[in-house]
Amino acid sequence: MFRFVSGRLAQSLLVMFLVAAVAFSLFGFVGDPIRQMITEDASQAEIERLRDMMGLNDPVIEQFWRYISGAVQGDFGVSYFHKRPVGALIAERLPATFELAGLSVLLSIVIGIPLGVYTGLNRNGRIARLLMAVSLVGISIPTFLIGILLIYLFSVILGWLPSFGRGETVSVLGGYWTTGFLTSSGLQSLILPSITLALFQTTLILRLVRAEMLDVMRTDYIKFARARGLGKRTVNFRHALKNTLMPVVTVIGLQLGGVIAFAIITETVFQWPGMGRLFLQSIQQVDIPVMSAYLIMIAFFFVVINLITDLTYYAIDPRLRTNALKGNAHA
Amino acid sequence: MKPIHCLTASALAGIAALAVAGPATAQDNVLRWSSQAAISNLDPHGTTGALPLSILGNVYEPLVGRDADMQLEPVLAESWEVVNPTTWRFKLRDGVTFHNGNTFNADDVIFSMERVGNKYSFLRDRVAMIEEMNKIDDLTIEFVTKVPYPILPESWTSIYMMDKEWSEENDATVPSNTVENIESFAGQQSNGTGPFTVVERVPETRTVFEPYENYWDEITHNLDQVVYLPITQDGTRVAALLSGEIDMMFPVPLQDIDRLQAGEETEVLIQPELRTIMLGMDQRRDDALQTEPEGNPFKDKRVRKAIYQAIDIDGIQEKIMNGLSEPAATLISPLLFAPAGKMERYPYDPEASRKLLAEAGYPDGFKTALVCTNNRYVNDERICQAVTSMLARVGIDVELRTMNVTQYWKVVGRPVQEFAMYMMGWTPGGLDSYSVLFNLMGSWDEESGRGRINNGDFANDRIDEIVAAVESETDQVKRDALIQEAYQIVHDEVFYLPLHQQAVVWGVRKGVEVVQRPDDYFQYKTARITR
Repeated sequence: MFRFVSGRLAQSLLVMFLVAAVAFSLFGFVGDPIRQMITEDASQAEIERLRDMMGLNDPVIEQFWRYISGAVQGDFGVSYFHKRPVGALIAERLPATFELAGLSVLLSIVIGIPLGVYTGLNRNGRIARLLMAVSLVGISIPTFLIGILLIYLFSVILGWLPSFGRGETVSVLGGYWTTGFLTSSGLQSLILPSITLALFQTTLILRLVRAEMLDVMRTDYIKFARARGLGKRTVNFRHALKNTLMPVVTVIGLQLGGVIAFAIITETVFQWPGMGRLFLQSIQQVDIPVMSAYLIMIAFFFVVINLITDLTYYAIDPRLRTNALKGNAHA
Repeated sequence: MKPIHCLTASALAGIAALAVAGPATAQDNVLRWSSQAAISNLDPHGTTGALPLSILGNVYEPLVGRDADMQLEPVLAESWEVVNPTTWRFKLRDGVTFHNGNTFNADDVIFSMERVGNKYSFLRDRVAMIEEMNKIDDLTIEFVTKVPYPILPESWTSIYMMDKEWSEENDATVPSNTVENIESFAGQQSNGTGPFTVVERVPETRTVFEPYENYWDEITHNLDQVVYLPITQDGTRVAALLSGEIDMMFPVPLQDIDRLQAGEETEVLIQPELRTIMLGMDQRRDDALQTEPEGNPFKDKRVRKAIYQAIDIDGIQEKIMNGLSEPAATLISPLLFAPAGKMERYPYDPEASRKLLAEAGYPDGFKTALVCTNNRYVNDERICQAVTSMLARVGIDVELRTMNVTQYWKVVGRPVQEFAMYMMGWTPGGLDSYSVLFNLMGSWDEESGRGRINNGDFANDRIDEIVAAVESETDQVKRDALIQEAYQIVHDEVFYLPLHQQAVVWGVRKGVEVVQRPDDYFQYKTARITR
């Protein structure tokens, strides 16, 4: 038990260290930040002075050490472009991204699971077939195109919903969090981007639930349940759906990290003031402190979620434990 | 299935309930506008970017500004004169107050200039010529320069004045600076003399301005509020203008101009911009990079002229720039230097071009390479592709490399300069003809920084003589004649291949009047809402 957990933790730490190294190596490979910070007609002496001030002339190892020790304490330096601590920048944008991603995941669950069940139960129904066809479209159209189409339809042509931004936000939790859920313009602003971001997840969940349902409906215990004369609803929802949800929950968990990471495109199209846009901007501006901090943070998300998943499996699946005793834990 | 019906119904009802046409405000004349980038910092001395400086120009003011035709105009200085070649006397405007009510006077000017000259300021270079500042009285101040500096007022059009008392009280005497992790109070709060004050800021989302009622000048606008909403994506910004969520925006992507002009509610304003786009060539190495046969063809004037005459600039204007470019014969816009308007381009003539190449010993042309940006200037990549195919017609086989602007500067800038040919755009700092001469045409001199942007490293003794002569020539007429002589040498010797000035394109909703300027500065005080 201890060996399994500590091994997993060591792996996670190694991954984080490697990501930090990659993030740090950005500083050497991506463009020259100095060029972004000064006008085209700044003098050579000025450029050299800035390089010195930023410690860009120190040995690489020294810079890396400075970077790692800062990162461990949550200090990712100062954004070259925004001229503010990266930690503060990310904290400011975290609520926007979490609200958008959270609402999208919620939408995809609330829409995806019932539709998945429906298409699973009525395999050959006309509506189910239509839904499957639509879900293929949802999976294959790129996010930015969906966003632009929605903006065109609902903002430009119909004029119903805002095409950009977060609307009015309210500060809550002592000013540490801003929310758009408490104002009408904030809610309106959430609609288009969250649908855009949710579409892919929804279709994914729909198809997954459908496949699982089809499998489960063929199992013996469902046949027996029917034979016992249980009601259709009890069979479908109490017995079948419950057993399909295990893998679905796992996928949703892993998708959560993905949604936060891949909100980049949606945030860019809708000018959503979240972390994804900050990251994309930082790439354009070669704002390396922001880029590297974002990479490390997203990696951290995934590592933590993976770790939790692994440990959950370990708790659930007894086979892993016997393996662990033999000293070859492969999940 | 019941649950599903309920869900869809309630979701639809929810959307319908929210679908009201935009938030209504109590205020009648609110002007909402958008451009690409957020202003992350309100410190007038903490940035060199054109967009933040232009936005802050509504809150803070310089001593001397430029009007819509780019002519110098008195702002906080009523007048200025040259007392002797190294001494300038500025008379300050009387009765100007800062937004907090403090009076503007000579002490504020001296304080502001010192703040700009602070070692953490990115604008330091603009005041580096000052030797000493003398307060004659509360409204008169003398600047003594190290050497005669005839373009002093031109250099200061974006140097904004701050309030000494306010800065000292709030510990904001040092400009905000990235590197040193200095977050000045002035980065988050503002106190200028300008026609508008900042009343609200949501980082990355919006900045709200309201008129300052005690503004010193006559108020001709009728705005109650201005809201700046940055939108990075071109498509989203166009959509927001079309849907009426914003009243004005720039830049308008070229492909959307027709769309906005055709719209019943929108129109487009177009003007030539100040930036000049050009091609440069390596004239330093004896064996040019990526160029076959061996040697450096660009050292031969006939080859340079052949390339010049192979470029169909009118074709580029028509096909790539939607007609929105002004072909250029030299490296500065006629808006900034009138004599530039009298110069003429060599005609487009592929036949003459082939002849010149044959004379220079390249009857079958040669192979070379071109480096371009792909995210900096209007349609930069497409211009380079067009040039590449035009040169192919006269037998010059060009390998094109495009990259983003940051990488580009690493490759093209000093000291790397890894290119055979490169493309560049340039707006002279201080918008002065001398800056082009000094930076782009003089030969490289590490000591003074002369020729720092002369990446092709050509050297011409007469041009360097002119640079030295202009530095201390205070007679405007003589000075202009000298500068023009240098520009003529560059033209005769074909040291550069000037292409064009791109256009400034603004999109506006009908019922909103704005004054467009070639420097892309949007001055709220010149706007009116008539709807």
